[in-house]
Amino acid sequence: MSTHDITHLRPDDQLEPPGPLPYPTRQRPTGPRAVAGLARVLWRQLTSMRTALILLFMLALASLPGALLPQWSLDQGRTLTYIENNPTVGPILDKLGFFGVFGSPWYAAIYLALFTSLIGCLVPRTWDFARALRIEPVPTPRNLGRLPHRAVPVATAETADEAAIRITDGLRRWRLTRRDEPAGVVTLSAEKGLVREVGNLVFHFSLLGLLAAIAVGKILGFEGTVIVAEGGGFCSSSPSVYNAFRPGLMVDGTDLAPFCVNLDRFDAQYTDAGLATDFDASIEYQTGAEVAAGSAGWTSRHLKVNDPLRLEGERLYLLGHGFSPEFTVTFPNGETRTVSQVFQPTDTSLLSEGVVKILDPPGYTGAEVRRHQLALQGLFAPTAGSAHGNSNILTSVAAAPDDPAVAIQVFRGDMGMEDGASQSIFGIDQRQVDSGALTKLNRKNMKLNESMTLDDGTTVTFTGYKQWVQLQTSYDPAQGYALVFAITLLGGLMLSLTIKRRRVWYRITPDGSGRSIVEVGGLARTDQAGYGEEFTSLAALARPPRPS
Amino acid sequence: MAVSSSLGAFSDQAFGAATAAYTVALICTAVEFSSRRIAARTDRSADLVGAGALTRDGRPDGVPIVPTAGPYGHVASTPATAIPWGERFGRAGLAVAVLGFLAQLASIVTRGFAAGRLPLGNMYEFTSAISAAVIGTFLVVKIKNRDLPIGVFVLVPITLLMYVNGTVLHVAVAELQPALNSYWKWIHVTTVSLSSGVLMFSGIASLLYVLRHRFEARGSDATSVWAKLPSLERIDRIAYRTAILAFPVYTFAVITGALWAEVAWGRYWNWDPKETCAFITWVIYAGYLHARATAGWRGTKSAWISVIGLVSIVFNLFFINMVIAGLHSYAGLN
Ligand code: HEM
Repeated sequence: MSTHDITHLRPDDQLEPPGPLPYPTRQRPTGPRAVAGLARVLWRQLTSMRTALILLFMLALASLPGALLPQWSLDQGRTLTYIENNPTVGPILDKLGFFGVFGSPWYAAIYLALFTSLIGCLVPRTWDFARALRIEPVPTPRNLGRLPHRAVPVATAETADEAAIRITDGLRRWRLTRRDEPAGVVTLSAEKGLVREVGNLVFHFSLLGLLAAIAVGKILGFEGTVIVAEGGGFCSSSPSVYNAFRPGLMVDGTDLAPFCVNLDRFDAQYTDAGLATDFDASIEYQTGAEVAAGSAGWTSRHLKVNDPLRLEGERLYLLGHGFSPEFTVTFPNGETRTVSQVFQPTDTSLLSEGVVKILDPPGYTGAEVRRHQLALQGLFAPTAGSAHGNSNILTSVAAAPDDPAVAIQVFRGDMGMEDGASQSIFGIDQRQVDSGALTKLNRKNMKLNESMTLDDGTTVTFTGYKQWVQLQTSYDPAQGYALVFAITLLGGLMLSLTIKRRRVWYRITPDGSGRSIVEVGGLARTDQAGYGEEFTSLAALARPPRPS
Repeated sequence: MAVSSSLGAFSDQAFGAATAAYTVALICTAVEFSSRRIAARTDRSADLVGAGALTRDGRPDGVPIVPTAGPYGHVASTPATAIPWGERFGRAGLAVAVLGFLAQLASIVTRGFAAGRLPLGNMYEFTSAISAAVIGTFLVVKIKNRDLPIGVFVLVPITLLMYVNGTVLHVAVAELQPALNSYWKWIHVTTVSLSSGVLMFSGIASLLYVLRHRFEARGSDATSVWAKLPSLERIDRIAYRTAILAFPVYTFAVITGALWAEVAWGRYWNWDPKETCAFITWVIYAGYLHARATAGWRGTKSAWISVIGLVSIVFNLFFINMVIAGLHSYAGLN
């Protein structure tokens, strides 16, 4: 059973005069003309609505693994675990780019094809639209009774001319053409809603603009994250100041605007229930221009979550925070050192893990230095608690530093830092422990100012902590444009979805005795839902006013 | 800012009342639907002009209704002198559904006051808001089209959702990390839940379109329960109109989500699983609107696309939130 639903038009229902045939059908062209002809056919295919639709689906489908599989760009750890847990398919999926969907060649192929199709579809439509603005509404079709919207012809006591003038009066805001046909027949063609086409074109052009803005951001933008402890700071002069730097395709890091930031202090406020009410980094900064001018002045600012510092083009965000425990170590020769290191938060109550390494212990020379390197490895808890009632296992019950404590395991020996391989700053090299180069010494849970003494008389005291913040510099020269295009996209969409492009025709035929018959037909160019009611009132125009 | 437990308890009770009301309304509309009687289509073009007055088209009261010619049955109301049972149940169902909707609005508002924030902070609250949006859309459509027999198809999934929400997803009123608040976030979650609700309604309508179409393809047995569904044109119109209402709002919601991300995470688009899924949903609905302008894709094929859109919304709401953790991960279930 067919679903032909007469409120919908099929493409061949178009009432426009047919355009010229795509290419002559007389004889098969050969040589370059054949190639050109084939190219034209392919181009027509690519720019058809059906292809656009299929490419849209492919885009949706291709995005799906990006939501379902872990992605390198979001979470390297999880991606790695996934590949390790799926040793057969994992590596294959990885090769095929399934863990980096949005940067993969097949994804790019789909959206490039879609946007090529879009350009190919927009250019001729823009021309058509410009032409439609200039030409008059199309002539009245011969048989109005075959249109999707029509009404029963009505007789009126007016002449054709009178009726036409009266109906014209009722079509004030329509683009209207009157045509006088032989035998006194008058036709009126009226059209409304060309703005819909404007909206549709604006929407589709905005898609192009948005894609361009995204591309520019990917090419010229960059992001760098850096951890800064209280009292510390950084100047964004080169990518190396960042702990992680993600450059755009054409960013080599040589021309970063060198702004400088110092962190005075960091404060987090919590409710009684332990929920954060405020994260506040008190910073001072110099903009690139101030740095270049050698200015001595610094501007103070509170940097908060959801409230970035916007410099010239670059933006500085507060993304995270944590603690660096501080230890004072007194060596056998009497020298003391105060050492501190960033610990990595492991949960929301900021139980943090890490290691403080002392690579050049004082009082030793030559090879002895390496044999007496110290590592203080363990946990830091801002508010200490104990797990399962076991006071030896340190946990954290709140993120506020109300009752800080550490659980520290000390190692002494060769850290294995000389072989050039980079080591995590949050851990020690287990191979050095296994090989016996690093010896496990004391283990102790310490509250503030508690200490422990090692076998050689070294004492380690937990003297305090510093807070650190994770800052991110973001630069995307095109994001303002992306927003502009997003707004025009939405505006165009709303215009296009609320306005219907519709036509109405009247044919007024005199019956020879001073009276006339009025026929009405209507057509909405696009989706018709809702033209009905308006058409009813348009059809009512055909009827003469009741004699009063 | 303190959490109020008595208001919270009231909110829970109102939610329970809404669930109960929807259950009753569901039963009423089921009776209404199954007791509908089908009349032959008398004037095919009449409904093109005067949508909403289908049942009473040109048929004088009191004329017996004989199912004859066309398989595209129109549903007829019997004379007003004797309101049939089905219609009485229908009216009662509508009234109870309205009451349930009001109770649910009360539940949402008091929950917001109890928590001292917009009540869109976890799965329970989000699901409640979306259910309310679906019901709200249904009520508006139903009040404009009093004879539209789709209540039961909206109420079955929503009532189920309400039960699941009240039991599995329910969490006590709690504050969120106030430090993470941003007004973009609230604009974003509000528009996302409203537009998702309306799109879900649209998807349900499209599902009915598909069912009705299959029924007609099998030869339209007038005694079948499917014959009681509204005509294809009508369902299509309802699905389309709600979709074009919601799609720009959904687009706006995605844009505000990007604005929020720019402020919070330093980048306006991160392709985290929720964003990706929202993008997929958006592309599917763009495809739906496209299909309606593409030769050979109108009718069932575009209805199927809208159904896929519904699936992707539900998937985004439940699967992504509860199974796949991202930057977003609301759930607050664990
Ligand atoms: C980049 C992907 C695309 C997206 C996301 C998209 C989205 C949309 C949406 C949402 C609509 C309905 C709203 C409106 O009428 O303005 C629409 C309509 C339309 N699109 Fe696209 N589109 C895309 C590509 C294309 C392409 C490649 C073509 C040409 C083949 C095209 C041609 C059209 C036409 C002619 C309409 C008007 C349909 C009508 O008159 O009802 N679009 N598009």
